[in-house]
Amino acid sequence: MARVLIVAEHDGSSVLQSTAKCVACAAQMEPEAVDVVVFAGDPDSAARLGGQAAGIEGVTRVLAIADPANAHAVAAVLAPQIVDTAREYSHVLGPSTTFGKDLMPRVAALLGVGQISDIMAVEAPYRFRRPAYAGNVIETVECEPDGMLVGTVRAASYRPSPAASSPAPIEQRETSADLPRHTLFVELKAQQADRPDLQTASRVVAGGRAFGSAENFALVEQLAEKLGAAVGASRAAVDAGYASNDLQVGQTGKVIAPDLYVALGISGAIQHLTGIKDARTIVAVNRDPEAPIFEIADIGLVADVFEAVPALIAALEQRRR
Amino acid sequence: MTDAPRRILVCIKRVVDYNVRVRVDNERTGVVTDGVKMSVNPFDEIALEEALRIRERGDADEVVVCAVGSSDWQQQLRTGLAMGADRAVLVETGTSLEPLAVAQTLHAVVQREAPMLVLLGKQAIDGDNNQTGQMLAALWGRPQATFASSIVLSGESARVEREVDAGLEVLDVDLPAVVTTDLRLNEPRYVKLPEILKAKRKPLDVVPLGELGVDAGRRFRVVRVEEPPRRGRGIQVDTAEQLVAALDEKGVL
Ligand SMILES: Cc1cc2nc3c(=O)[nH]c(=O)nc-3n(C[C@H](O)[C@H](O)[C@H](O)COP(=O)(O)OP(=O)(O)OC[C@H]3O[C@@H](n4cnc5c(N)ncnc54)[C@H](O)[C@@H]3O)c2cc1C
Repeated sequence: MARVLIVAEHDGSSVLQSTAKCVACAAQMEPEAVDVVVFAGDPDSAARLGGQAAGIEGVTRVLAIADPANAHAVAAVLAPQIVDTAREYSHVLGPSTTFGKDLMPRVAALLGVGQISDIMAVEAPYRFRRPAYAGNVIETVECEPDGMLVGTVRAASYRPSPAASSPAPIEQRETSADLPRHTLFVELKAQQADRPDLQTASRVVAGGRAFGSAENFALVEQLAEKLGAAVGASRAAVDAGYASNDLQVGQTGKVIAPDLYVALGISGAIQHLTGIKDARTIVAVNRDPEAPIFEIADIGLVADVFEAVPALIAALEQRRR
Repeated sequence: MTDAPRRILVCIKRVVDYNVRVRVDNERTGVVTDGVKMSVNPFDEIALEEALRIRERGDADEVVVCAVGSSDWQQQLRTGLAMGADRAVLVETGTSLEPLAVAQTLHAVVQREAPMLVLLGKQAIDGDNNQTGQMLAALWGRPQATFASSIVLSGESARVEREVDAGLEVLDVDLPAVVTTDLRLNEPRYVKLPEILKAKRKPLDVVPLGELGVDAGRRFRVVRVEEPPRRGRGIQVDTAEQLVAALDEKGVL
């Protein structure tokens, strides 16, 4: 029987949706228990964040660990505390976000166990499906059901577990692990907090190299605003400085699964496509009818973005009336 | 401490070139690699470029490239030497290792080389695992800074800017440390022909994996490899108005 420990991801004020997605993944493992561990810098935050985690359907128990070292904690500080907590579990899961990607392998190595990255489906408690080669192949991987296993959960493959009807119990714990001081958090330069979050938005409008400048990229933002969508970008657009790094979609950026994805002036390189394969509806606008993006688009429009985007904005306004 | 060479160890992996469209093999347990172009993992190339720039700025004395793989991997190490690394170490093994075993092997190399900095790509574009650097840092008990888009060394520490989901995170890490590289850290140089010739004379040590005392056993078994279901080509529209109408019809708006 699987006993699963999930490491909660939060931004200091809220537990992120990625945590509820890990709970959804754990639910596929025939679990005997699904516990969530929350690390916070002080008891108040631990109680608040712990309360949010306890409100996720499928959670058995929340372990809340408050310690000053856990404010803006880095992987080197969190990992030994997770190892301390993990002994009684068969599976330790974290989200496949930059938080979990950074942290979980450090946990696995300290435990001396292997990690399955980007779990997209659970076939059995020790048998998983995951993408490799930029999503061009899907591997089914298994291991012996004796040891402990660390995994990261591919967010685009899961819907968040809903709110629980009654909250799970919360247990306050203290840190006993020896915490290193060799790594210091300096600052987080966050971008554009006023927009819908790219990772959780139900609609995303993304722009590519076609826009040619940061000024022109504003067209992408205008269409996004009309649709109430988050803004995304290709690597080429980020490299060229039209959009910030946290907006990159793809193999090495964010892997997303919105209801609607609009690709404007993006060619559709495999590294980009792997980030949008799970979108429900893909729309592409590109002036090159041979662009690979059209091979996977549900609706394609061969046109110049500088004409098509203003026309789309106008057509959406027309529709409102 | 002061007269020990300030060494950077760069770990590289041989992977199917990123331009190749991979195909699942007949046994459905891997991808076709026969006759397929193999290259240095692009992220590792960025790691090596960064190491060379640090050395060129005078902040390091020596750049060592290291790989854990079969004798074919010498080719990629030679590419690293041609880019400008001073010497290379191949830990030779006939079997493909899982990330934890690679990290254990690199840890053994780190003990021998005593680098002040280990640089490697944040992920390899074949397995897309994104594990090795973090695992090495854990085994070594040293700081990690993953997904780096800027690295500045100053004395006994480094300031690293990391590409994270929420934006850019800045960390100060004590040296020695492990840093994994993201795409925007730099643009790797092109190798010139004279450098390729020169690289043939640079030292490349081959160490059998067995010599390092690493348990290379596999924990995971790949049961099956398949291509993902294809998304079919949809409809084509001619105007923005038709596009909005098509979205309406799908009930997306
Ligand atoms: C290891 C690795 C990882 C990578 N990871 C990612 C990743 O995570 N995400 C990612 O996106 N890429 C990634 N890439 C890069 C990827 O291979 C492509 O280079 C990139 O996606 C191209 O971006 P683009 O489509 O904007 O630019 P281009 O490929 O240059 O395409 C621009 C498109 O715009 C069209 N166009 C030009 N002008 C107009 C106009 N006026 N109107 C309409 N259409 C126009 C062109 O026809 C073309 O199709 C990665 C590459 C490597 C090697």
